[in-house]
Amino acid sequence: MSIDIKTTKIEPRRVTFEHIAEKLGEGKTPSRYQEVMFGLQHEEVFHYRPTWDPGHEIFDADRTAVNMGDYEDLLDPRRYYYGTYVIQRSRQQESLEKNFAAVEKRGLLNALDASLIEKIRKVVIPFRHVEWGANNNNLFIAAYGFGTPITVAADFQGMDRLGNAQYITRIGLILSNNDPAILDQAKSEWLDEPMWQPLRKVIEDSFVIKDWFELHVLQNYLIDGIFHPLLFQHFDDEVVANGGASFAMVTEFFVDWFAESMRWADSTIKTAVKESDENRALIGGWIEKWLPVVSQAAEPLAGFIFADRSSEVLERISDQLAARTGKIGISARAA
Amino acid sequence: MAEKPKRLNLNQKYQLMTRGLDWETTYQSMDEVFPYDRYEGIKIKDWDKWQDPFRLTMDAYWKYQAEKERKLYAILDSVAQNNSQLNISDGRYMNAVKIWMQGVTPLEYAAFRGFAMLGRGFRGAGARVACQFQSIDEMRHYQTQVHAFSHYNKYFNGFNQYSRIRDRAWYLSIPKSYFEDAVSAGPFELITAISFSFEYVLTNLLFMPFVSGAAYNGDMATTTFGFSAQSDESRHMTLGLEIIKFMLEQHEDNLPIVQEWLDKWFWRGYRLLGLVGTMMDYMLPKKVMSWRQAWEIYWEDNGMALFNDLARYGLRPPKHHEAATKEKYRITHEFWSTIYQFSHATALYTWIPTTEELDWLSAEYGELFDTVYRPRYEYWQELHEKGERFFQKRLPVVCNVCQIPIFHTMPDDPLMNCCLVSEYKGTKHQMCSQGCLDIFNREPEKYCQAYIPPQQIYQGNCGGASLEDYRKWLHIKDEETGEYYGSEDHVMWEQWQAQAAKPTGVAPAS
Repeated sequence: MSIDIKTTKIEPRRVTFEHIAEKLGEGKTPSRYQEVMFGLQHEEVFHYRPTWDPGHEIFDADRTAVNMGDYEDLLDPRRYYYGTYVIQRSRQQESLEKNFAAVEKRGLLNALDASLIEKIRKVVIPFRHVEWGANNNNLFIAAYGFGTPITVAADFQGMDRLGNAQYITRIGLILSNNDPAILDQAKSEWLDEPMWQPLRKVIEDSFVIKDWFELHVLQNYLIDGIFHPLLFQHFDDEVVANGGASFAMVTEFFVDWFAESMRWADSTIKTAVKESDENRALIGGWIEKWLPVVSQAAEPLAGFIFADRSSEVLERISDQLAARTGKIGISARAA
Repeated sequence: MAEKPKRLNLNQKYQLMTRGLDWETTYQSMDEVFPYDRYEGIKIKDWDKWQDPFRLTMDAYWKYQAEKERKLYAILDSVAQNNSQLNISDGRYMNAVKIWMQGVTPLEYAAFRGFAMLGRGFRGAGARVACQFQSIDEMRHYQTQVHAFSHYNKYFNGFNQYSRIRDRAWYLSIPKSYFEDAVSAGPFELITAISFSFEYVLTNLLFMPFVSGAAYNGDMATTTFGFSAQSDESRHMTLGLEIIKFMLEQHEDNLPIVQEWLDKWFWRGYRLLGLVGTMMDYMLPKKVMSWRQAWEIYWEDNGMALFNDLARYGLRPPKHHEAATKEKYRITHEFWSTIYQFSHATALYTWIPTTEELDWLSAEYGELFDTVYRPRYEYWQELHEKGERFFQKRLPVVCNVCQIPIFHTMPDDPLMNCCLVSEYKGTKHQMCSQGCLDIFNREPEKYCQAYIPPQQIYQGNCGGASLEDYRKWLHIKDEETGEYYGSEDHVMWEQWQAQAAKPTGVAPAS
């Protein structure tokens, strides 16, 4: 038996907005994600050329060489709009907060072997600058990209990276008993230690890239695709294997975050590749151009962490990335 | 045993979270990395002097915002489930919401992108992070608004084609050109225009009419997103004040530049708000207050007090604010008269106010209303009753800056039309006021690019020469436009009222 509640029934005049009905087909109810992805970016009748870039309109498809019949095809497989994004992240931060609290309360990180702590300090804490660089680059895509789906997701990705940088900062402060000198030292190593310089150079070079899709490939696919597994998979495993299980508690978010961000990067790049042979060639060219640079930038860091195991670890990371690249529809590999 | 951690308060903790995240680049020059933050002439000696107005870490942001979203979406679901559109004060009210969706929501989207540009563009990390928070907040606002209005779109006309008319409709080029003016400027002008001139100085004149108007008129969806956005907006206001102080404290050469921007953006914002004032005087069946009263409270009292405070930085109140105050008795009536005559070329319905509403306007606006505007409305009402509803057949001259049809009158003579002309490179450009003329003359190269709808229509660039062609180009059907009484919205509203009046137990017609 079911309970029958009588309510007023009123026939709606239409199911959704005209531009969405055209896209999905008449009579189809859009999801909340679709409702706020389609038809939002201004398309025409731009009144003034930007004083900072008179060669383009305010929103302009020509800011990338990638050509899409419809840039709204570059959808986010996670289907994040603002509400679902912050709710998902707040759940994750709640669980991470518990981990941090446990680690802090019981001094778990500081109980690690001193040499292990020193390694974390040298490898992980300077990485906050890498995350900051990723914040910068994703804000570029959010600002100058084309179409709502890619710019909204890049904005989330940018804010995530600010969050990552802050979580790394917290790890540093735990290690130093809240002495900020640890952050200053990490920064000076980031600026001067030879181990970090090739990566810093790639990141600074990425800051001047004008094609937002190239930047997307370099940052969210290549740099992340090599350095996140290096730090938060292989180095994480190494620390855990040496008795540092508590370290995995405070890096849990990075692991989950990378898994989902990878889905977004792969899916958007794959969509562009599938669109045309021109796009495939273009994106393949960017991967060929940047993959060796990024891979080489990882060598000194991997050498420091893994010593004689470093080429084996890099090989595995490179295989993992090559497998992703294959699935995207491109064959490319670091030289 | 580990040593005891140093205790940090919240502020110190925040400072450390972002401490030194940025760095001076060496493989690429800073000017290459941040190419846009110097060409406007604003001089910044020390970005570290930036006082972060938000002090928000990402984890706190996710947490607070998620709580707000959970509540907001629960209410939006309930609005849909309970058919809350039946509870609004009157079917006419929905036209105020249409103006919001057609005119304001697209600006929220553009603000999301514009603040992302700032969130990438300033070389100071603190300013960048503050703008990033505003960017994602603006994204929130456009999305929650689309979700809130989506339910109304199922029943009322005028929402359906918002994505099409946003760029094309003549009356929506008023808000569109306003925002594009800001985004096409450099980063410091953009943030001055939006964060200070709009969000700080004028925001109450936007939010109060719409959100309080929604609350007074039983519009739960709009009220809810409005209240939910309020805490975001107060963050944005803080950013607005901070940027002004920061620029002025950094270098004395910044003062004249900032003053010129304030002059420009006050006037630009004021002109835009004419549309909002008209909505509050004419489209809200239950009145919150009149435009005149709102202007007195939020500009003449609060706005002037703010500029008194800012005098210590060397700033004076924006140029032409006296003219704006002189116009407070007439601007909304002039505007409504215009929309009334041209509403057959909009996705809005218009009407002549009821006798009670005219009496309220008489009480609020006094003699000028009774001698100039009321007789006009009564005449149009007579025509309507005779079956000769008045629509303007010709296209208006539109101001080359604010893009409002030039219905405006001289500051000291409400019976004399004001149309000022500037000649630039052999072409005449018309402006509605000294304020807009000054703006044009300061940057003629910019404003001569503007897409002026009537001129484009006459040139045949908008679907054709006839009204029908133009409406088709706008994706507006005949029944979605023109007079409210007798319209589809009106007929539907009357059916709902009749249905609600039936005794219980009678099966509702589906």
